[in-house]
Amino acid sequence: MSAFSAIGEQEEAEEDEFTPGIEPQPTWCPGCGDFAVNNALKKAMANLGKNPDEVLLCTGIGCSGKLNSYFESYGFHTIHGRSLPVARAAKLANPGVEVVAAGGDGDGYGIGGNHFMHTARENHDMTYIVFNNEIFGLTKGQTSPTSPKGHKSKTQPSGSAKDPVRPLSLSLASGASYVARTAAVNPNQAAEIIAEAVEHDGFAHVDFLTQCPTWNKDARQYVPYTDVQDSDDYDFDVTNRQEAGEMMYEVESKLYEGEVLTGRFYKDDRPSYGQEKRSTGEMPEEPLAERYYDEDAEWERCAEQLIEKHT
Amino acid sequence: MTDQELIWRIAGGSGDGIDSNSRYFAKALMRSGLDVFTHRHYPSRIRGGHTYVEVRATPDGAASRGDGYNFLLALGDSFARNPSEDAYYGNEELKPLSENLDDLREGGIIVYDSGLIDDEQVEEIDLHERAEENDWHVYPVDLRAIAKEHGREIMRNNAGIGVTAALLDMDTSEYEGIMDEMWNDDILEANLAVIQDGFEQAQEFDQSHDLEMPDHGEPDEQQALVSGSDAIAYGALDAGCRFIAGYPMTPWTDVFTIMSQNLPQFGGISEQVEDEIAAAALALGASHAGVKSMSGSSGGGFALMSEPLGLAEMSETPVVLVEAMRAGPSTGMPTKPEQADLEHVLYTSQGDSARVVLAPGDQQECYEQIRTAFELAYDYQIPSILIYDQKLQGELRNVDASFFDREPDADPGSVVTEEDIAEAAEHHAGKFKRFQYDADDGKEGVSPRSVPGQKGGRFLATGNEHNEAGHISEDPTNRVLQMDRRLAKLESIREELDAKGNQTHHGPEEAEYGIMCWGSHQGTVFEAVDRLNDAGHSVKAIGVSDMMPYPEAEVSEFLESVEECLVVEMNATAQFRGLTQKELGRFGPKLSSLLKYNGNPFEPAEIVEGFESSIDGEELTVNNMKYVPAAGD
Repeated sequence: MSAFSAIGEQEEAEEDEFTPGIEPQPTWCPGCGDFAVNNALKKAMANLGKNPDEVLLCTGIGCSGKLNSYFESYGFHTIHGRSLPVARAAKLANPGVEVVAAGGDGDGYGIGGNHFMHTARENHDMTYIVFNNEIFGLTKGQTSPTSPKGHKSKTQPSGSAKDPVRPLSLSLASGASYVARTAAVNPNQAAEIIAEAVEHDGFAHVDFLTQCPTWNKDARQYVPYTDVQDSDDYDFDVTNRQEAGEMMYEVESKLYEGEVLTGRFYKDDRPSYGQEKRSTGEMPEEPLAERYYDEDAEWERCAEQLIEKHT
Repeated sequence: MTDQELIWRIAGGSGDGIDSNSRYFAKALMRSGLDVFTHRHYPSRIRGGHTYVEVRATPDGAASRGDGYNFLLALGDSFARNPSEDAYYGNEELKPLSENLDDLREGGIIVYDSGLIDDEQVEEIDLHERAEENDWHVYPVDLRAIAKEHGREIMRNNAGIGVTAALLDMDTSEYEGIMDEMWNDDILEANLAVIQDGFEQAQEFDQSHDLEMPDHGEPDEQQALVSGSDAIAYGALDAGCRFIAGYPMTPWTDVFTIMSQNLPQFGGISEQVEDEIAAAALALGASHAGVKSMSGSSGGGFALMSEPLGLAEMSETPVVLVEAMRAGPSTGMPTKPEQADLEHVLYTSQGDSARVVLAPGDQQECYEQIRTAFELAYDYQIPSILIYDQKLQGELRNVDASFFDREPDADPGSVVTEEDIAEAAEHHAGKFKRFQYDADDGKEGVSPRSVPGQKGGRFLATGNEHNEAGHISEDPTNRVLQMDRRLAKLESIREELDAKGNQTHHGPEEAEYGIMCWGSHQGTVFEAVDRLNDAGHSVKAIGVSDMMPYPEAEVSEFLESVEECLVVEMNATAQFRGLTQKELGRFGPKLSSLLKYNGNPFEPAEIVEGFESSIDGEELTVNNMKYVPAAGD
């Protein structure tokens, strides 16, 4: 009998299982794209038959961090930019838990950039959803790492002189094994992509274009978009790194020219970090967290090692 | 100083095998029944540069490096970049000899490698005149030639061991036994031959010195030679810690390395990550998932951990961090000890601090207090920090091996089971009350903790202020209730710590004067206290380990019983004295400080001198120390 009976307990779930009861009610602005992320995540988890008690959602700080309050599961609302290191360690400690991290573009591509790069490189088995609205929202509309060049805000009054981050290319180069982009304007595609990301064994990165109706009315997230998988204009192999890279470059460039392209851009089936680490003997086969609840567990003592090396 | 002790100093460049060689030598002396204590001095440099290790050996307990030393084995720096006196670093080849002469006691022995240091260089530093003045006995030996004859120059150090043994009339069999455990076949043969050749050459010398190996009997029981880092790592493993995340930084790296080498066979996980923010955050993540976890760093890396540390306090995620101090500010002196991160560790991160901070005074305390740090962190859902320094982390000392033979503690503390969750109090919205105001499991302020994957236990952990279910709340009533509950833990922890008695007392209870210290200088201070009492003073000492919560009752009692108290610490701003004044303001007028911050630990004689001049109101004559009278004096 596992100490964590919620893990793998059910095969079917309803979407409303992931909705908190009478509180808290979302405080996002009317028309905010974050509602779409929450809905897509709920839908994906329900479609996969997950139990809210086997899901750990780790978020950073900002409007995106509030997702933890409006999505029903175990949650860790961490600090700005730090959701990934917290999330990946929880996964190593208890691989049965379904770990999802979420944050904004400032959180993920700015302050958390180093963690993003290394979590992708290590290919941890988890999902990372970035709410990309090209703006710092909760701090009232400052230029973010994905704001377009020339973007004017209170902190960049003359217009930003910086090229925006290329999140998909960055992800691919860092070593993410699943990279996709979706948008708030297409809830069906968003739910499908998030479900695929959750199912993927490895680091699955979803750049989720969301709109900020309060601070960033100029962003492209409102315009119609093209799903590259459904279009005859784009033909590339998502398992081919080079083709994926070229496609991503085009997608990222076009975003700021007014054309929004979404879809799956890369998928690689290499072993996840946990699998690699278990194969080298650096990680136990059984979930480590279980041991602390097992009364019959044998705990090694150090005296033997110490006597061997130090006497 | 007693005559019944050897303080052997081996000096050379980084890469000349000083560290490993001194470790084997110390182990051999320990096995033969002596008490040993080592002191390492090394630069932040991979190859070359002036480095030495002292091995002190006495028949009756060694708790500090002692004063000066009486046997120099100067290998010369084979990696020297600048064999010229005018060079930026001076004549490096000669430094292992020239830099070490000031601390050599009268009547001491000097052995130097004449294969690397020639007569002309020896003349440069007036070695023979100085030797005559101080009654030093100088023995040049071509260690390099001996080593080369058997294949490799790196064995110069073992040739020196052979010479040492011959001059001190020491049996080399224990040392050779250690070589046998370390090496195989050809390498072993070559090393044994080198030792033998060195021994035989030195036997031919016209020996004029009086120094010999201290008398000793067989060891009472099996001894283990351990550093503070060894004790911390083994203590953490025995505390049930099975997850560590870290980033390399001197001097914390030793603990990280020992843990990383042991964890896989203990069924645990070690992660070397991108930076210290990630390291501490990973430890929180694993702990949140139900695994006893730790991380750590030294000053600069610990600065990055401020953020996750505050998150641990607010989200009540248990975690243990260790902080290995080195000289600061900023990068400071990476390989030199200092005790100047106390305030940093106590107060870093925004808001009111609610954490446990312990500062062990020796190897045994390292082992015990890291276990205590885990116990408190997991029982009280609070971050615990063990603060130690470059001195304690690296110095080796022998401890009864049986001391470490203890049951592991796999109890994850205040977590609940699924059965408990089914019965637990619920928030009115139907949520498990993870942050219940008034939970009573016998520990003040502690609420029930569930772990992801447990049925029905879901809750939100957050760095924002939150209500009983974990949801973000700015309600003033809730705020005060939650703050008070979190801070109340420190009161219960204070009681538990008082029962454990982490403070160490030394000297006659009725003494007139007191000396107070914290952390790694405990042994040195106690040795100084013994000498002061032998010299007719009336002194006792307390080594304080509990930094937060502060041991008010015990320190009050100590300070009430003495006329005046000298606070000894290795920093420039008297941080521990400041903490004591903050906690126990009424004793302010009794407290004066003896400070040292030049990168070298106190010697007992310096504390003796510092104490005497503080009593007499005289100027200090010892270099590099500072006396600071009571506040306002």
